[in-house]
Amino acid sequence: MHKTNVNALLDKMAQDIANRHLNKPLLIGIHTGGVWLANELHERLELQDPVNTIDITFYRDDYQKVGLQPNVKGSHLPSDMHHRDVILVDDVLYTGRTIRAAMNEIFDYARPDSITLVVLVDRGGRELPIQADVVGEKIELSANQHIKLKGPDELTLQITTAET
Amino acid sequence: MNFTDIQFDNKGRLRHFLTIEDIPRDTLIQILDTAESFISFGQREIRKAPLLRGKTVVNLFFEPSTRTRTTFEIAAKRLSADVINLDAKRMSTIKGETLLDTVSTIEAMKTDMFVVRDAASGSAFLIAQHVSPEVRIINAGDGRHAHPTQAMLDMFTIRQYKKEFADLSVAIVGDILHSRVARSQIHALKILGVKDIRVVGPKTLIPTAIEKLGASSYHRLETGIENVDVVMMLRLQLERMEGQLIPSEQEYFHLYGLTEEKLKLAKDDVIVMHPGPMNRGLEIASSVADGEHSVILAQVTNGIAIRMSVMATIMGGSR
Repeated sequence: MHKTNVNALLDKMAQDIANRHLNKPLLIGIHTGGVWLANELHERLELQDPVNTIDITFYRDDYQKVGLQPNVKGSHLPSDMHHRDVILVDDVLYTGRTIRAAMNEIFDYARPDSITLVVLVDRGGRELPIQADVVGEKIELSANQHIKLKGPDELTLQITTAET
Repeated sequence: MNFTDIQFDNKGRLRHFLTIEDIPRDTLIQILDTAESFISFGQREIRKAPLLRGKTVVNLFFEPSTRTRTTFEIAAKRLSADVINLDAKRMSTIKGETLLDTVSTIEAMKTDMFVVRDAASGSAFLIAQHVSPEVRIINAGDGRHAHPTQAMLDMFTIRQYKKEFADLSVAIVGDILHSRVARSQIHALKILGVKDIRVVGPKTLIPTAIEKLGASSYHRLETGIENVDVVMMLRLQLERMEGQLIPSEQEYFHLYGLTEEKLKLAKDDVIVMHPGPMNRGLEIASSVADGEHSVILAQVTNGIAIRMSVMATIMGGSR
């Protein structure tokens, strides 16, 4: 078990977001870990609009290669994202491909004024030019290591190393 | 080789959608769940997902069809595919080209998926055997054999209103003999765990082998729909009937037509379904078709989501 205190990170992230003075902010969590975190941030930021969720299954760039992922949760996004500042939340930022997919999907719903990317962990290893605006913690991991957010009751980070 | 082997690749993934038979329960549930996520696409600003971008889907219909062909076309377009509609009856088959020659010709134009409807049972299966491995086939109705996407949209609609399959009583009413829809429905209901599956109709329209599929036969509508949760009406396929299979149309409506009065024998919250097109006043009274228990238009809407789900499921992972 990684000894990160997720709650302390969330407090700091919420503060960082608040300091940005966003206009009519709208939280969108990426399934599944991102949704848990978005709910936590929602409480801390005391936002009025409910948390929205996005499932990037239909926008993944590996569909041709691996096919449709099972257990699609579906996206629940409002149609009135125009003129809003979107806060996009994910648990781990790695290659950047998930974020690309999520942004493509968001723009099929509407054109928000801005998107702020918030992640709990930036583990490096980017394959696309995507960076987070708010980061809970940077943890450099090698390719054979796997990091996962466990939840939703008590949020903890778990790092495992694959035998090579 | 039988119908079911060819539907799967060597990793067990669904590659063609030809018949419900032998598709595992989990795969059917997966298709229903995925369709659920596609339902919301109708409300979005851009009603498209990029899954089939750059792919070409050919609607190859040797029999006329409006709603099935249209919903397949919309489904493919919402997945960003290019769609070509071929009213095949008018083209080369008239000039003597065989079915497989027609398919080969279109395949040579680098197409990725065929949605096939044909009056002969087994056509989609024949085509699936014939095309190169990366090409996908969906059966949109072959003769009396199967119409699997219709059955899946019916299952989706049932789940929308009823939730748990295991506890349901379902009656399929009418012309079972000529119905590819009924056969696919029975397979799907059985795999999804429905225990009480009834087929209802005159003896002349119920094949004797139907009980082997796991349905029980009823020859009186009143007993057949007693206490059921779902009534699935079938279209009386007058154009396929040879000889005297039903008495007069008035007599048929009197005995087997679904009226408000007869529907009272079913459960209070019964839903009434029909795959369309309906013969109003023959198998179903207008007041029932348009009444509070009817979910017939929901079936049409759901048909798009289900067809998107089936296409996305069989097309993925091809490289």
